[in-house]
Amino acid sequence: MAKITVTVDGVTYTDDVEPRLLLVHYLREQVGKTGTPIGCDTSNCGACTVHKNGVSVKSCAVLAVQADGTEITTIEGMADGQWHPLQQAFHAEHAVQCGYCSPGMIMAAADLLRNNPNPSDQEIRDGLEGNLCRCTGYENIVRAVRRAAEAGASS
Amino acid sequence: MTADTQAPQSELGRARLRKEDARLLTGETNWTDNMVLPGMLHMAFVRSPMAHARITSVDLSAARSMPGVIAAFSGADFADEQGSLPCAWPVTEDIVVPAHPPMATDEVRYVGEAVAVVVARDRYEAADAAAAVDVSYEPLPVVLDIRSALEENSPKVHEAGNKSYEWVFAQGDLDEAFRDAPVVIERNYRQQRLIPSAMEPRSVVAMCEAGEFTLWSATQIPHVLRFLLAVVTGIPEQNIRVIAPDVGGGFGSKLQVTAEEVLAVLVARKLGKPVKWTESRSEGNLTVHHGRDMWQRIRIAADSDGRLRGLSVDLLADMGAYLMLVTPGVPLLGAFMYPAIYKMDAYSFRCTGVFTTKMPTDAYRGAGRPEATYAIERIMDELAAELGVDPLEVRERNWIKHEEFPYTTIATLQYDSGNYEAATARAKELLGYDALRQEQAERNLDNDPVRLGIGVSTYTEMCGLAPSRVLGSLAYGAGGWEHASIRMLPTGKVEVVTGSSAHGQGHETAWSQIVADQLGVPFEDIRVLHGDTQIAPKGMDTYGSRSLAVGGMALVGACDKVIAKAKHITAHMLEASESDIEFVGGRFHVRGDPKAGHTIQEIALATFAAHNLPDGVEPSLDSEATYDPDNFSFPHGTHLCAVEVDTETGMVTIRSYVAVDDIGKVINPLIVDGQVHGGIAQGIAQALYEEAVYDDEGNLLTTTLADYLVPSAADLPSYVTDRTESPAGNRLGVKGVGEAGTIASTPAVVNAVVDALRPFGIRDITMPCTPERVWRALQNAQENGGAA
Repeated sequence: MAKITVTVDGVTYTDDVEPRLLLVHYLREQVGKTGTPIGCDTSNCGACTVHKNGVSVKSCAVLAVQADGTEITTIEGMADGQWHPLQQAFHAEHAVQCGYCSPGMIMAAADLLRNNPNPSDQEIRDGLEGNLCRCTGYENIVRAVRRAAEAGASS
Repeated sequence: MTADTQAPQSELGRARLRKEDARLLTGETNWTDNMVLPGMLHMAFVRSPMAHARITSVDLSAARSMPGVIAAFSGADFADEQGSLPCAWPVTEDIVVPAHPPMATDEVRYVGEAVAVVVARDRYEAADAAAAVDVSYEPLPVVLDIRSALEENSPKVHEAGNKSYEWVFAQGDLDEAFRDAPVVIERNYRQQRLIPSAMEPRSVVAMCEAGEFTLWSATQIPHVLRFLLAVVTGIPEQNIRVIAPDVGGGFGSKLQVTAEEVLAVLVARKLGKPVKWTESRSEGNLTVHHGRDMWQRIRIAADSDGRLRGLSVDLLADMGAYLMLVTPGVPLLGAFMYPAIYKMDAYSFRCTGVFTTKMPTDAYRGAGRPEATYAIERIMDELAAELGVDPLEVRERNWIKHEEFPYTTIATLQYDSGNYEAATARAKELLGYDALRQEQAERNLDNDPVRLGIGVSTYTEMCGLAPSRVLGSLAYGAGGWEHASIRMLPTGKVEVVTGSSAHGQGHETAWSQIVADQLGVPFEDIRVLHGDTQIAPKGMDTYGSRSLAVGGMALVGACDKVIAKAKHITAHMLEASESDIEFVGGRFHVRGDPKAGHTIQEIALATFAAHNLPDGVEPSLDSEATYDPDNFSFPHGTHLCAVEVDTETGMVTIRSYVAVDDIGKVINPLIVDGQVHGGIAQGIAQALYEEAVYDDEGNLLTTTLADYLVPSAADLPSYVTDRTESPAGNRLGVKGVGEAGTIASTPAVVNAVVDALRPFGIRDITMPCTPERVWRALQNAQENGGAA
């Protein structure tokens, strides 16, 4: 067991974890952040995307011990009194169907907009290449990210 | 008087943002894998690495001694209680339905079949212990190709042989249609095997307390599952509760009674503890039922002007190793759709279901209709090429004209409405069809290395499953009705209970719109409950684009009953004749005296108090209704796709995609557009990207999302969508939309690819049309002297 201290959505946790424990399992099963789902086991789908020190990572591809001393933000920490502009835009553009990919999609999109506040549609598509959705055909996800960018989501 | 602030009609057709989104966008979700129960244990399955083998021993001793392990079981431990997984659609009287134990006991017939299960205190310990189970196998010969599986010397999957059934259907005189026909075209098309790939992996939690069972499952079918769990296990149905919490997509893959669901219930009973199992994606690719996998031989006979005379279809359908819930019935859902929108004199259909040592196939978005639409729309393009006319022109010469509806097709379906002319005209306009044809001709003349192709798909489909009597005539084991109930609460709010079980479709929103429209109550005051057999005790669940066309109509029936009862009570309270009471905008009043009246909310409170009800009227304002449709639903439309094909690399790029769909009246255009977008994407995925590949020993090679190419945003185009409207025959005027996009788009894309390559003498590319396949087809065409 290894002792780690991680801040998750603004709350600091100290836990003993197995060295092999994946960050996503730590978040879901020890911290109770079940808003972050798991869609695959090869880091292809992106459903488990969170921010580690402000940068998006696939939490199935990070060990909990690698998150020691870091700040993790999950979908549950995105709203700050009101929904994050991306959450608002995903709602307004009907970019959600079953909702399973949505947390990861929003976390990846937030990082995309941080790097590129005014992306073209093609840049949005390329930027979200690591996040799979089976319901929407991506049309409304692209529109939502564009709408959030126009609303200043990167600021 | 909040009810009066909204004109009731405004709810239908309104782009309401979804009620479901609040929890889904903030992570306050209720996925099955989120469930934690006191003392809950985790299951891990040991799965066969062999496609066909006899199990000679299963040694659980090492696993049982591992840390955290509570129990380990092999098939023998369940032999007396596990029954056989159900097939609800034995399509012929002499169909072979092999026993299908949830856990293999003596023989395995596909890679991934469960042979043991380990139960431990956490998922890591369970996985470790599963790896320590030692299973010995004696290999048996594999059967992988349905084209050779029926040969006499083929190894057998089951004792009874490799043929499950043969199902035939014929109308008209086919010999006469083909005799001396000026044009006869025959093609063989391949429907590759697909993996449905819902984003949420399957997950199950089972609990047994004092003989009562609760099963949480990521399922599309909580009601069907409850019924069949009782049948399979012998547990009394009244002691089983099935809950489908938030479910992350299905596409048919969660229309199933799975081995893992049955075994979770049995393990929970053995151990007296709740158990959870959530599959990994790799495990899911192996063992979630697959889709499609057919060889299609299709022949048409036509006059020299392109008028169709006859159509003949001969299918080989890969069942996989066993028949699962509706495995053999999937091709039958296509049997009636090969004639599509076209008139002809004769039609014959034959399907042979064949066993192989692969994962069973079953329903996948469209289920039978995508296959049918693909074959007919592909061969209509061949007919156009043969005659040298535009593909839309040859279709128009054959399709049912809008003034001919209702129309009984050669496949005996009665299409209630449609306007193929209008949808096609609109699609051509949106694509700029004529200009693109001009550009294509110029680029072909210039020998442009990047060719333009234009693909056409004028599809229709049958959905809204289904009239129960028709299902009965096809030997399906259940009905096709749907149930709804309405409860007006004392505060005037409304609880709506539906038997359909959404997993992304937005029923909570659309159902609220329907009830708000019918009852004149605010959209916000309505709560929709579903997906729990204790809360919604009756239902047939969600598949086959049935929820709105069937479940929505059940809602309308339940609203009718509430209004009728409230009207009766209002008349009594106002001392008026019931025939003089009108219901407008959520308010009952005496005709000619709008001031004398009560809102439906006031009546709800009055029925709760029950101080002044007419004689014989029961307190409370609620109702139940069941709706059994008298026909299928027939959405249709015209999809046009323009592709750029790089002849030097084989790369296909979709340049534009236009979909004009006729799905009747629209309840919520946002939700409809979303269904169409996602449907198109899934059809494009079959055309260009996805294929489940087994090697020649029966190992699945595409076990991950790195190998099985579910397309990303970067792989797909933007879609232009529009609608025409021919209302369906039900009171809402609605048709199904969940599968239409998938049914339409696959042939549109492949027709476009082949259209681009036709100048090279190429007339087919086997799906998925990968760069390699396109490039090889071009190489072969050039070696064979195809015109360049």
